[in-house]
Amino acid sequence: MKYLGITLKRPKVGFFDFTGCEGCQLQIANKEENLKDLFGLVEVVNFREISSERRDDYEIAFIDGCITTDSEVARLKKIREQARILVAMGACACLGGVNNLRSRFHLPDVVKEVYDGHPIDTGPVRKVAEIVPVDIELPGCPISKPEFEWLVRHLILGIKPQFPRYPVCVECKQQLNSCVLDMGMMCLGPVTRAGCNAVCPRNRLGCWGCRGPSEEANLESLMEILKEKGFTEAHIAERMNFFNAFSGILDNDR
Amino acid sequence: MTVKTVKSLNIDIKHLCRVEGHGDIRIRIEDGKLAECTWAVVETPRFFEVMFRGLSIEMAPILAARICGICSISHSLASARAIEQALKIRIPEPAQKLRLLAMHAETLQSHSLHLFFLVAPDFLNVPSAIPLMQTHPEVVETAARIKGFANKAADLLVGRSTHPMVIKIGGLTQVPRKIQLTELAKDLDATIPYLWKALELFKKFNLPDFVRETEFVSLKGAGEYPFIGGDLVSSDGVSRKEDEYLAMTNEYIVDFSTAKMTRLSRESFAVGALARFNNNYDLLHPKAKGAAEVLNLRPGVHNPFFYNPAQLVECIHVVYESKNLISELIDSDISEFSSPHTVKECEGVGAVEAPRGILYHCYRINEEGKIENSDCVIPTNQNNANIYYDLKKLVEESVAQGKGEEEIANLSQMLIRAYDPCISCSVH
Repeated sequence: MKYLGITLKRPKVGFFDFTGCEGCQLQIANKEENLKDLFGLVEVVNFREISSERRDDYEIAFIDGCITTDSEVARLKKIREQARILVAMGACACLGGVNNLRSRFHLPDVVKEVYDGHPIDTGPVRKVAEIVPVDIELPGCPISKPEFEWLVRHLILGIKPQFPRYPVCVECKQQLNSCVLDMGMMCLGPVTRAGCNAVCPRNRLGCWGCRGPSEEANLESLMEILKEKGFTEAHIAERMNFFNAFSGILDNDR
Repeated sequence: MTVKTVKSLNIDIKHLCRVEGHGDIRIRIEDGKLAECTWAVVETPRFFEVMFRGLSIEMAPILAARICGICSISHSLASARAIEQALKIRIPEPAQKLRLLAMHAETLQSHSLHLFFLVAPDFLNVPSAIPLMQTHPEVVETAARIKGFANKAADLLVGRSTHPMVIKIGGLTQVPRKIQLTELAKDLDATIPYLWKALELFKKFNLPDFVRETEFVSLKGAGEYPFIGGDLVSSDGVSRKEDEYLAMTNEYIVDFSTAKMTRLSRESFAVGALARFNNNYDLLHPKAKGAAEVLNLRPGVHNPFFYNPAQLVECIHVVYESKNLISELIDSDISEFSSPHTVKECEGVGAVEAPRGILYHCYRINEEGKIENSDCVIPTNQNNANIYYDLKKLVEESVAQGKGEEEIANLSQMLIRAYDPCISCSVH
């Protein structure tokens, strides 16, 4: 294919799911109207959820889900050896995501409770970057299709993608949404990285931080504002820990 | 013609493709006898029941959505309903209608994804829907139009089709504007011709001839084909209240699978499109009944490959029902869409018909409004034992009929795919 007179490569790509809900892969299979164009730009050689064709000559690997078992660690390392570019996709892969909520409890007790002593292959929740080097993190729970397509265009043209570093509030204001914080709802928009077009505040939910912290996120100031509005520290911490987006910045104990 | 039976055979399929999640098929025949035949779910568990513990109830529907990327609206609704039942909250009628409409959008989205992307390639002899873009562009166009409408409806009603934001305890965070509903009705009308095109396509597919009598479990419709809440019913005559769900599911653990199994009156039972169809046929929209006839689908069918025609019949049902719901919403006052609540110590169950079958969420809540304990029983868990026994019978019959290894492997995969298993969801 040619673009502005330059021949573009059609890279071979693979999609690999680990421990998660597969919602991120679904975002890619969704919105079929431009799927044909997308699959014209890349050659999909491995995508188990939608295809029985499986090859291991991919250059770009898209990983979704968090890593919890030894066999997943081995599989991920093998993918890393093959892939020139490895993309962690979605909150589970980038942050560990909601899976970390179980880390509040002692894992052997958890297994015993759910499986009553039957042997189960599981382990601690880890994000992809804890196991192998990650080249690009595509955030969100789930990822958004337009952002995925934007990333693919960058990968084909060989340009390093620059994700927004400013907070969700910027995009929310651009859309002239009423501020849900002002309406008395909890919202992490002031400290969360933008790029989602403020889809949650726009739907009157408030932001839950699934994309991770924005640059120079002023958590202390947001805490003060939320406390002034009557939210307890425990309530704020519960929201901030939901996607594990602010770990290390915030004390995990409740 | 003499039938030569296979003396030995070894099928080992790791991570079955074109299904959601990770499952393996292992079939071994030695000296003409079935030595091993398992459908093993090898998905890694996430322990959602533990994740819920200690969270404020407001977080439950948001977390519940993350159990499944495909049926997140159902999980969110089952979760909200369980808490609403526990706290005895009555949600305003417009919110009830909009929730049902969102359910319909999910059913349409999920069924059409399965039918076109996961099932159709088997019948059109391609490895995936990707080559269909070249060989059968009209099929891809039909799929895109139907799914496109379903996604658009979910975006409008609950924020997006995966991990909705608008479903909250007591109702919804917001409602669409009437002008948006009018637009949606227009889109719906433009989608209907594509459903009939889908019908033309699927009626040409020759489904494998296989029957295994089973028990079908679903919600029991009261006045309308059931989707959200109500009594539980089985085709063997068991009837229970929503909060007696444990008496319907009877979960047990097997050592070759990380997904639990269930039973009721027999060794296994089935849930999902075919169960709903068999148990509630009379409540289908007349257009859906007409489609069933075209597809040769009649109530009382015990061939699991007919899950797929039943899904298509449900697609037609939900689209026509949605048309009625939208016009009712346009003609009524929808300004009240959320009820307040106060917390107390209590317990509640929410049952909904997710695309793949009946789904239960149950929570125990303490006096501070925190979740003390939770339980989720997933449709695919309930189908796992049925798939297992179906597979055994299918392989035994195929061997007796003299089918070869490749054909048996193919049929086995198609059988499991017919149930549309949602594996990561079932392990949760």
